[in-house]
Amino acid sequence: MSNAVSALQGASYVDGIADVTEFGLRGMITLRGDLSDKKLIKAVKSIAGAMPGMRSIALEEDDGAAWMSPDELLLMVPHGDVASTIEGLSKSLAGTHFLAADVSDARAVFEVSGPKARDVMAKLAPVDFANSAFEKGMFRRSRLAQVPAAFWMNEQDAFTVVCFRSVAQYMFDLLSVAAQPGSEVDAF
Amino acid sequence: MLILNCPCCGVSGEETEYHAGGEAHLKRHSIGSTDDQFEEYLFMRENPRGVHLERWRHNNGCGKWFHAARCTQTLEVFGTYSAQTYEPPKEIKDAISAKRPGWTWRTFS
Amino acid sequence: MSTRLKTGGRFTDGGEQLSFDFNGTTMKGVAGDTLASALLANDQMLVGRSFKYHRPRGIVASGGEEPNALFNMGGTNDFEPNQRATVTELFDGLKVASQNHWPSLEFDVGAINTHLSRFLPAGFYYKMFLYPRAFWKHVYEPIIRKSAGLGKAPRAEDRDPDTYEHFYFFCDVMVVGGGIAGLQAAKAAALTGVKVLLVEQTAHWGGRAPVDGGEVDGQSAGDYVDALVAELATMDNVTMRTRLMGAGVYDHGYVLGYERLREHTPEVAGPRHRLWRIRAAQIITATGAIERPISFAGNDIPGVMLAAAVRDYAVNFGVSVGDRTVVVTNNDDAYRTGITLKGLGLDVPCIIDARSGGGGTLADDARALGIRVENGKAIGMVKGGKRVEAVELCSQAGEGGVLEVIPCDVVAMSGGWSPVVHLWSHCGGKLVWDEAQSHFRPDSERPPLGATGEGFVSVAGSANGHMQLAELMGDAHGAGLAAGRATGGTSAKGHIPEGTPTSENPVEPVWLMPQGAGYKLRSKAWLDYQNDVKVSDVQLAAQEGFESVEHAKRYTTLGMATDQGKLSNINGLAILSDALGQPIPQTGTTTFRPPYTPISMGAIGGEARGKVFQPLRKTLLYEWSDANGADWEPVGAWRRPFAYLQPSESVHDAVNREVKNTREALGLLDASTLGKLIVKGPDAGKFLDMLYTNMMSTLKPGKCRYGLMCSENGFLIDDGVVARIDDETFLCHTTTGGAETIHGHMEEWLQTEWWDWNVYVANVTEQFAQIAVVGPNARKVLEKLGGMDVSKEALAFMEWGDGTIGGFDARVFRISFSGELSYEIAVPASQGLAFWEALMEAGEEFGAMPYGTETLHILRAEKGFIMIGDETDGTVIPQDLNLQWALSKKKEDYLGKRAHQRSHMTDPDRWKLVGLETLDKSVLPDGAYAVEDGVNANGQRNMFGRVTSTYYSSNLERGIAMGLVKNGPGRVGEVIDFPKEGGAIIKAKIIDPVIYDKEGAKPNV
Repeated sequence: MSNAVSALQGASYVDGIADVTEFGLRGMITLRGDLSDKKLIKAVKSIAGAMPGMRSIALEEDDGAAWMSPDELLLMVPHGDVASTIEGLSKSLAGTHFLAADVSDARAVFEVSGPKARDVMAKLAPVDFANSAFEKGMFRRSRLAQVPAAFWMNEQDAFTVVCFRSVAQYMFDLLSVAAQPGSEVDAF
Repeated sequence: MLILNCPCCGVSGEETEYHAGGEAHLKRHSIGSTDDQFEEYLFMRENPRGVHLERWRHNNGCGKWFHAARCTQTLEVFGTYSAQTYEPPKEIKDAISAKRPGWTWRTFS
Repeated sequence: MSTRLKTGGRFTDGGEQLSFDFNGTTMKGVAGDTLASALLANDQMLVGRSFKYHRPRGIVASGGEEPNALFNMGGTNDFEPNQRATVTELFDGLKVASQNHWPSLEFDVGAINTHLSRFLPAGFYYKMFLYPRAFWKHVYEPIIRKSAGLGKAPRAEDRDPDTYEHFYFFCDVMVVGGGIAGLQAAKAAALTGVKVLLVEQTAHWGGRAPVDGGEVDGQSAGDYVDALVAELATMDNVTMRTRLMGAGVYDHGYVLGYERLREHTPEVAGPRHRLWRIRAAQIITATGAIERPISFAGNDIPGVMLAAAVRDYAVNFGVSVGDRTVVVTNNDDAYRTGITLKGLGLDVPCIIDARSGGGGTLADDARALGIRVENGKAIGMVKGGKRVEAVELCSQAGEGGVLEVIPCDVVAMSGGWSPVVHLWSHCGGKLVWDEAQSHFRPDSERPPLGATGEGFVSVAGSANGHMQLAELMGDAHGAGLAAGRATGGTSAKGHIPEGTPTSENPVEPVWLMPQGAGYKLRSKAWLDYQNDVKVSDVQLAAQEGFESVEHAKRYTTLGMATDQGKLSNINGLAILSDALGQPIPQTGTTTFRPPYTPISMGAIGGEARGKVFQPLRKTLLYEWSDANGADWEPVGAWRRPFAYLQPSESVHDAVNREVKNTREALGLLDASTLGKLIVKGPDAGKFLDMLYTNMMSTLKPGKCRYGLMCSENGFLIDDGVVARIDDETFLCHTTTGGAETIHGHMEEWLQTEWWDWNVYVANVTEQFAQIAVVGPNARKVLEKLGGMDVSKEALAFMEWGDGTIGGFDARVFRISFSGELSYEIAVPASQGLAFWEALMEAGEEFGAMPYGTETLHILRAEKGFIMIGDETDGTVIPQDLNLQWALSKKKEDYLGKRAHQRSHMTDPDRWKLVGLETLDKSVLPDGAYAVEDGVNANGQRNMFGRVTSTYYSSNLERGIAMGLVKNGPGRVGEVIDFPKEGGAIIKAKIIDPVIYDKEGAKPNV
């Protein structure tokens, strides 16, 4: 539908030490199943190009697969392709025990970018964001302040943050506060 | 504030990522159990000063439950292990024994 | 008088002129000053009044241990009390006011207390205010409250304009303290290749060494420090921060660091404080040592200062505290003060050394400069009021007989040095008493233990009891190497720097001066300046039986002020030990608790204030609802509209309108917050049969069933409608508050009990906007929008179907929580707002109006439907709510079934659900208890029921309620009493809880 809107409709904050931007709608599928199953691996590879290992993410332009837990992946496809992707999964995984659910609209997606993006993230998540400790290709679920979140790096200085849609405004405000002018930490 | 290693996703995370779930290895009693058995299952808990086996959930993380062998007195963590087990695996028992020779916990030692 | 010296100071050289406001007077300072040094440069010796006796007090120290120089700082919104002048860096426009006096600092009425001190001994409050009892509330308490506290509390209406934040940081080795030992330890650790964080609480590296002098590897200590700082700055694996205090050490290497970012530059944008939440595998506390005062009469008069502080002000800030300084000591270090001052051309009339043997080479140096040195002597009493005028010289061994009066305006005292063991001790590190140096220092054999069971804190430098450069450089270097190796570093050795040896005579403990001081002197010899505790108070406490150091502390309040006894504790427990006739280690110390010095509440809260104080969960319709009159109600973290107010409408009127409109025309409810869990797998039916009390595995695809969930101990935890999607897939609706907890509940059982069952659960709560379309016109609006067939034949009550409505992909459930014809329609959340607007527009001709949670509640209450959290409170079982029909008899087991067999659960006297109808049509108070005659074992009025839900029903034009009443269903028709607050009784008749459409015909059309 053309009237589909993301939680904050692309809001952005660009006055601080890093830029915070809400991405538009992104197709997301929760896939639960046996991650060692050959059928499943094949299906994931056909969608994301690769099968992600523990705590990592495979990305190929708009498509991707992130390792959520030992029996769960988060698949990413263009928002309009979710239904057909789930249909495809249902066919290719027929006969196996799995669950594929559209969670695109249950999420909000943000980008935190700029040379001080690591500073902003490290103010909110109890995770080591040192250059050597958090790198592109890693995928981490944790919390940002008071809400659960997952995040990864797109580029050396850009993070994607995913949270529940209902707390999108909180997350945007949180990232903006953490990026306020004059709050560089310069510890990385 | 503790650091625990989640055996399900390999994260070494601080306590705010986890949720404590009480004593591990409880045996479920239900229909057909005596009142005493059921009471024991529902309410009676170990409260040791020393080695303890506990349940934790990585709720701000992979969402999985796991077990931790920990000293309640020094907060030393002997190891974490799968929640899908009826007793601590040998390597956990050995790790405890190395630090607390002669330890016992319920029927384990 | 105290003044600025022409010679300049290390920190103030070249600094621009600043002006600041002290008690309304404009004073001048220099960039680099602390507030304390600037006040001294302006000859402001008197800086405050003491807590209890309102005695004149001056600056004592030069660092964070300062007990006296506390100020109310700032104006209105930025006001903060009890700020220490010694750690406040001066900036232009700083505004401060001294504390605890009335009407003024110079003339304070409260100073009368000092003359009453004989009548205000330790425990005075406990003794005095006990009787008569009646005096407490109206006489004693108001007086005590008025006199309590030092600084003013900020005004409740003021709002801190500053921001604060947290920062998570991880390192292998953290070194706390940027003195020469900390710097050396950091370098050594860094040489092993590990990641090092070095923090220093002040703005300057080097600590005491550049002031105290000495040489390392042939360089002056100051030059060595500069070179070390420069070298560390080039090391990629070292992070260095000044103005960052290690505030506390906690379990598993967790350290709180308190960084002061904008205190000294308030005009610069950015957070004021940052709380570092650090994880370090190894921590080295290079926290230095604090000089102890000496207990002699009049040791609290302004001008009596720590010897090293006098030296600091001269060297670092170019401030002479006075023209004539008498030094009094029991150790060699204080000679440095005399020598420094003499070198600056100031007069040092005498160095009074309590040791009969006197000092070592430093004493020789002093004598060589022409300073008079008196060994075995003491100060009998300091003369003066608001500043020092003279000291009475006496023998340390005697009782204070005056040998000579020495005029002076400063007394520089040194009772020896106590290592700062706080951070070592916070997490359980133990101490040993070092007899030779008369102090407690860390016992390296008993460190705090970390996650692996090994020690994770070590100590370096003077914090470790190594007071001389010759020992401490090697000690610090070794500590750094060891910590580096313990965290996976290399076995690099580096170069162990050599400090020049000095020949100092050992300290001799002097806990009281003179040794035989009588009561008159002892009652003027202060231990704790901030809380006004004297030697005589501690002795009295011991005499009255407060022998434990923890008891004596609380009885006398020794060490309980904002400085937490940094200067007073060791002296106090030495006096206590002496009074008890036992050695000091036997008395022990009080407990060291974080933070090391006070940290701001703002820093603790971090970013969590204002709009990000806590997360608010918002549905798709938040903005729409807000723009359309929503009166918001918190439901957990969600915000849901309580009612939608039309212009000039009250909440009560809006609710009444919504209720009538929904019953008579068409109501729309945003039900998106309801939990939605997909449960899928070959064992999904078996699993849900265990979770729900009723049978779910027999539900046919396309059908819905209302279900109850109990905990293992039988109590109701959730309810909702389950829809079977296909053979292997169910969609379980939970309550709004239950989405996350029930999801967690399912995962817990699947992961920890039935892990061999093939079931997956996914929480899709927020994927959908769910709109309840309710009322007689519900079908009309859907048919107008067009799409799937929603007729009774195509979609019967308690069925669901997929299709489109008005072009939207929709899943439609024919379920009703209102007793009306009702459809709950789920569309993807991204289209929720558009779908809602389409419904509103199409529904206009059918009287469509949104309704809020209060209407939802009234509609369900009229139908006798229970609400989790209203009718249940964690002690209620389905049987209490007459829901036996939902307890499967066919199933062998389900969660709660065994618990329902327990004797208390089968008790026939349990309170059960009934409807309540007030005789006067009024609305019962929520939670009101039904009472009867007699009292229970606790002397309380007997109760036999309570109100669980209560509303005004505009349909029935009276109050309606539900409640739990003992044997309730068997007492229909009986009238019972509910007292209101104040005692008036409301009479209510017990009725059937279902009062609207008893046959249930309306939703089924």
